[in-house]
Amino acid sequence: MSDGPKPVADPFARLRAATPARIGVGRAGDALPTGALLDFQAAHSRARDAVHAALDVDALSAALAPLPCLQVRSRVPDRARYLRRPDLGRRVAPEDLAALDAARGDWDLALVIADGLSPNAVMRTAPALVHRLLQRLPNWRVAPVVIATQARVALGDEIGRQLGARMVAVLIGERPGLSVAESLGIYLTWQPRVGRVDAERNCISNIHADGMDTVEAADTLVWLLGQASAHARTGVALKLDRTAASALQSAPPPLPGR
Amino acid sequence: MIRTAFPGTGCVAYQSRIGISAYRFEDLRSLLACASPRRSGDELAGIAAPSDEARVAARYALAELPLRHFLEVPLIPYEDDEVTRLILDGHDAGAFAPVADLSVGQFRDWLLSYAATPEVLAALAPGLTPEMVAAVSKLMRHQDLIAVAAKCRTVTAFRNTQGLPGRLGSRLQPNHPTDDPLGVAASTLDGLLFGIGDAVIGVNPVSDSLPDTIRLLQVLDALRTRLDIPTQTCVLAHVTTSIQAIERGAPLDLVFQSIAGTEAANRAFGIDLGVLHEGLDAARSLRRGSVGDNVMYFETGQGSALSADAHHGVDQQTLEARSYAVARAFEPLLVNTVVGFIGPEYLYDAKQIIRAGLEDHFCGKLLGLPMGVDVCYTNHAEADQDDMDTLALLLGNAGVNFLIAVPGADDVMLGYQSLSYHDVLALRHLLGRRPAPEFEAWLQRMQLADGAGRLPPPGADHPALQRLLAAGPQT
Repeated sequence: MSDGPKPVADPFARLRAATPARIGVGRAGDALPTGALLDFQAAHSRARDAVHAALDVDALSAALAPLPCLQVRSRVPDRARYLRRPDLGRRVAPEDLAALDAARGDWDLALVIADGLSPNAVMRTAPALVHRLLQRLPNWRVAPVVIATQARVALGDEIGRQLGARMVAVLIGERPGLSVAESLGIYLTWQPRVGRVDAERNCISNIHADGMDTVEAADTLVWLLGQASAHARTGVALKLDRTAASALQSAPPPLPGR
Repeated sequence: MIRTAFPGTGCVAYQSRIGISAYRFEDLRSLLACASPRRSGDELAGIAAPSDEARVAARYALAELPLRHFLEVPLIPYEDDEVTRLILDGHDAGAFAPVADLSVGQFRDWLLSYAATPEVLAALAPGLTPEMVAAVSKLMRHQDLIAVAAKCRTVTAFRNTQGLPGRLGSRLQPNHPTDDPLGVAASTLDGLLFGIGDAVIGVNPVSDSLPDTIRLLQVLDALRTRLDIPTQTCVLAHVTTSIQAIERGAPLDLVFQSIAGTEAANRAFGIDLGVLHEGLDAARSLRRGSVGDNVMYFETGQGSALSADAHHGVDQQTLEARSYAVARAFEPLLVNTVVGFIGPEYLYDAKQIIRAGLEDHFCGKLLGLPMGVDVCYTNHAEADQDDMDTLALLLGNAGVNFLIAVPGADDVMLGYQSLSYHDVLALRHLLGRRPAPEFEAWLQRMQLADGAGRLPPPGADHPALQRLLAAGPQT
């Protein structure tokens, strides 16, 4: 073994600490050394598995207990169609509209937990985030939590409208990367209805073990809900100040005008 | 038995017949869309051929369509779209003359013929419109797209010369999740050891803010000047940010912008032709190029117009070719399609990504652009690194001007996979292609390249290592 070819390592220790990029991995001739090759494949496999995992709705409901939950599906029947037809992932399956109608009310906020492109991120992060969020919104009227499958962000528009909510927050699994396969994003939309565009939403992204934690994410959303209520809008028109977000006050945010 | 007929020749529609089936295509847009190879974006837009036979029927009809028909029937009305006006007002009838009487099918045969030499094709480029080029690509196989593109040469220059025969340029893409200067420098130095970065050392910034853009420009320029590298650097900020950075005296080599093939899609990018001209003038005013003054860098990609709801019912491949008409008006140093970045709703799998990469390269080259490709995919597309090897090898043989490379093929900021530094080095060695000559001379001065122009792995005590490591920002 000791006489075999040895890939040459790059002495990049100081620089390697400065970036998560795959630098200084050495060369086997012109190619990646075997270890680096397999590390890449392992990361890619995790990302692929994350995209194609199914959301365990029962387990998620159990983790959300004692909160009341509803389940809705988009108009997409399977994962392959989900990836090709974002338009269908933005609309509620007709047979699931009745359940939303039955839960219609004078809600300040609707919460939608959507599988998106990383169901595992949802499973791992959403329950703790929702529990923390609701603790911080004692006077808010929050609709039963909607668990949505084969869902895109804009599915929340139809759900929020159907529930009669002033705002909808969609917690959704983000597109997996090689370094992070399980990241959650939150999209907040004022007066949701079918046809809202992305510029009318505010986003909190990169919520995962090595990124923003659930407490900070929930607190940021609380702050964002207060800003949206105060200005009666969301989106690019709502200029966000990160320093203000980090200096959160403990008081609950103002309620949206009823 | 095939029968085709076109409007303007006494018939009411674009039609053809295969066996007992008659096909009728409502308009020119529909004919082009149905003739396109199958792809998810056209299906999402509801304009794809309804069956495989319908697709071939459209190709039969397209093959008989006179090339000049595209000058007479704009896909997007002249009054509504400044890209259409740019295409038609800028058309060079004299350059078009050699192929003016050909049909699209005859044009394919002619392009593949020995008569279409590199010199002839270069002279023809101003006479071609993107629609003609897109149309003929739809009648071509991979082999055809490669064979014709390999005959097209576009040479551009700034601090080195890109696109010369026997050369393969590379963009070094040292992205970092927080734009950390040492992190960016780390990925840059690693890439230089592989001989990457002659096309450009170009960072996609996390933040598009002016102070952050200027800070990154200074980091890259300091690295370049400290090591005396004959290359250009770029922060891929919005054109308006770059113009402001120039006004503040930042060391900016190239103005970058993402562009699309319709006025409405460009508006979604926050640009029009006017602001691109401002960017061109601002960058040229600095006179930073040493061997040329091509100062623009553009990125494109199929699906961008549909994603901005600005596609006018035109198929995504034809719209992509129209974005090249925008690019060529600004004499760019570099243009590349970011072919697999947009996601599976536009290009579903490796088959579609590979085909689109070859089409984009072919169309750009035939229109006279210095065409490169970001050979890439996302994690929700049905593709992997094997597929990127295939596309890179095909493009290398097609004579692509440059390829993009990131450390270990993993872009840790944008969250997608491209080629690695290793991949581009391997391709250069395999195909016998070398970096830009000025950059190659620098690699030799650094003792990284051997006499044959190859880059063997540097040992731990290599002098270039110490010099490169000492050049990074100190912390």
